[in-house]
Amino acid sequence: MSTVLEKNNLLLNFEEKFKPNVFNSEIDLIRKNSFEKFSAQGFPTKKSEEYKYIPVEKHLMVELSVEEQNFTKSNYKVSKTFETAIDLSIVNGNLQVENEIDTKQFYISTIQQAIKKHPELINQFYLKATTDSQDSFALLNNAFANDGCFIYIKKSAVIESPILLNHFVDANSTFINQRTLVVVEENAICTIYENIESANVATTIYNGVSEIFVNQNANLQHIKFEQSNKNLVVINNQETVQSKKSVASNFTITINGGLTRNNTCIRLNDEHIESHLYGVYVANNESIIDNHTLVDHRFPNCNSNELYKGIANDKATTVFNGKIFVRKDAQKTNAFQSNKNILMSDDATVNTKPQLEIYADDVKCSHGTSTGKLDENALFYLKARGIGELSAKKLLLQAFVNETCEPIQQEDIREYILNALHASIV
Amino acid sequence: MLSIKNLHATIGEKEILRGINLEVKAGEVHAIMGPNGSGKSTLAAVLAGREDYEVTEGEVIFNGKNLLDLPAEDRAREGVFLAFQYPVEIPGVSNINFLRTALNEIRIYNGLPELEAKDFLAKVKDKQKLVELDGKLANRSVNEGFSGGEKKRNEIFQMAMLEPKLAILDETDSGLDIDALRIVANGVNKLKSKENATIVVTHYQRLLDYIVPDFVHVLYKGKIVKTGTKELALELEEKGYDWIKAELGEEINAE
Repeated sequence: MSTVLEKNNLLLNFEEKFKPNVFNSEIDLIRKNSFEKFSAQGFPTKKSEEYKYIPVEKHLMVELSVEEQNFTKSNYKVSKTFETAIDLSIVNGNLQVENEIDTKQFYISTIQQAIKKHPELINQFYLKATTDSQDSFALLNNAFANDGCFIYIKKSAVIESPILLNHFVDANSTFINQRTLVVVEENAICTIYENIESANVATTIYNGVSEIFVNQNANLQHIKFEQSNKNLVVINNQETVQSKKSVASNFTITINGGLTRNNTCIRLNDEHIESHLYGVYVANNESIIDNHTLVDHRFPNCNSNELYKGIANDKATTVFNGKIFVRKDAQKTNAFQSNKNILMSDDATVNTKPQLEIYADDVKCSHGTSTGKLDENALFYLKARGIGELSAKKLLLQAFVNETCEPIQQEDIREYILNALHASIV
Repeated sequence: MLSIKNLHATIGEKEILRGINLEVKAGEVHAIMGPNGSGKSTLAAVLAGREDYEVTEGEVIFNGKNLLDLPAEDRAREGVFLAFQYPVEIPGVSNINFLRTALNEIRIYNGLPELEAKDFLAKVKDKQKLVELDGKLANRSVNEGFSGGEKKRNEIFQMAMLEPKLAILDETDSGLDIDALRIVANGVNKLKSKENATIVVTHYQRLLDYIVPDFVHVLYKGKIVKTGTKELALELEEKGYDWIKAELGEEINAE
């Protein structure tokens, strides 16, 4: 019996379009390997363990263009009003900058621009966090993202206002591979705020991969906020690699959208690292939001803390799968994880799965998960004070999500996100 | 103000209230006493609109309206206030935000404009003094991490803010030390007027030294079996509930 992978049209289209020579021989070799690996394993199906709760397959059956999107200026205008160090737009996957931006604190350009100006940096970091990826979408992105966004925070830079990355999608029926590389150099402090929105497009897949390197003693606050249209499928692979004594705080906030899959992976690659992961998801109507996280403790004396909260309403589906690896050498690890869900409707589905694999013997690890309806006692208490059913639910749900956003340092961003979350509730 | 006629209520299969009759007029303080499990807290919960209980018979008229037809929030908006025996902790909702929402929803229901932030805060400041509540507690999450005494004081503080027509205090004295008891009782007394009424549900007579009732009712096995004045409470304290049981023994056993 032969097991021949049945290749769908999309896969065949991609195979035709692969360009072997895009960057340089070293990077192109990794791309070629990723391409071959992807080609062999294909897209995930319902039977794939990692994708079993979400119907990603169905979105890959429609006719999608795999052509690279042109560098088109869009009419899209950033409407946010908070303080930023710099506003960047990524339209249909393309970073909208004419020339590189080089300041005392940071260097920002496309990856193609950077490979000419700073080949050593691109060679050192690009594709390095995702070389060994198992995820089909990440492999595909490795092979087919022929450009991307490069953000380099210089050594000891202190950037108080966030670097704003506005992703905007208005391409119809397209498969977009979007790529970001962030390097936060030694001792630097910064915030990167990514905002993902879309126009009313016909099914488009936005396949993003971010590689993020937080180098020694650096501090990165990374906020990813998605509020997109119901026809947008967002697949997001984030690989964060932290070096010695670094601190990373990661916020993943998803409101509605069609289908969103966030693979958020943090590698604690040295000692004395601190890592915080916060997530909130509000899924109404028929939205599907899937958060897979992986916290990989590889060295001793590191702390990680993870808190994800979700609300599933109407006919929505949410998934939380939180892996924590504590490897053999990672003694004195503190790793905590908590996932709480509120189920607002009988037709909504919540899947939650904590997954701890601990190979060291002197560690403190805990995980907890809960899924339930709103607290009836609290609801009655509010009503007994004259607060109507709807306002009472709103108050409780708002309080539920607030906890995960409180650590956001910039008040204006925190308020903006909380307002959006509150508006999406009930 | 409040007229309860032949009120029966069940939880699950079990009948807890078995024909309560009670008339409360404006300006009056009624105490409802009784042994554990007699239905005191159930009566308070049924009046406030808790949905766990099913009213199977009887009626409750409050200022001309059929209270049992109204959801809990509308009862509160009409002026019924239940001081909880076990105030609920609500993490993440600040006391202030909670009270502002409650007060404004009550005002809108009664055709009044929302209170200006400035006036609201002045009111908060004023009423906090009444129950000697620390200003910091007002900014914390509702009841979260409060001591037992702080929770009860917070109930009376909410009552002061919302100015109900009928306040039902459900075992407000339970678990209080003497200072907290005095503060709580003092608050209740200061809020008393000719226009409002108070129902004090309690197991012990002690609280009634501080909040002096006009009438004392003894609830036993879901019925009011005896009504008197404050002297009845003293008698109960002295003789215990067994005395009532003995007096009623025949009648209740016959049922």
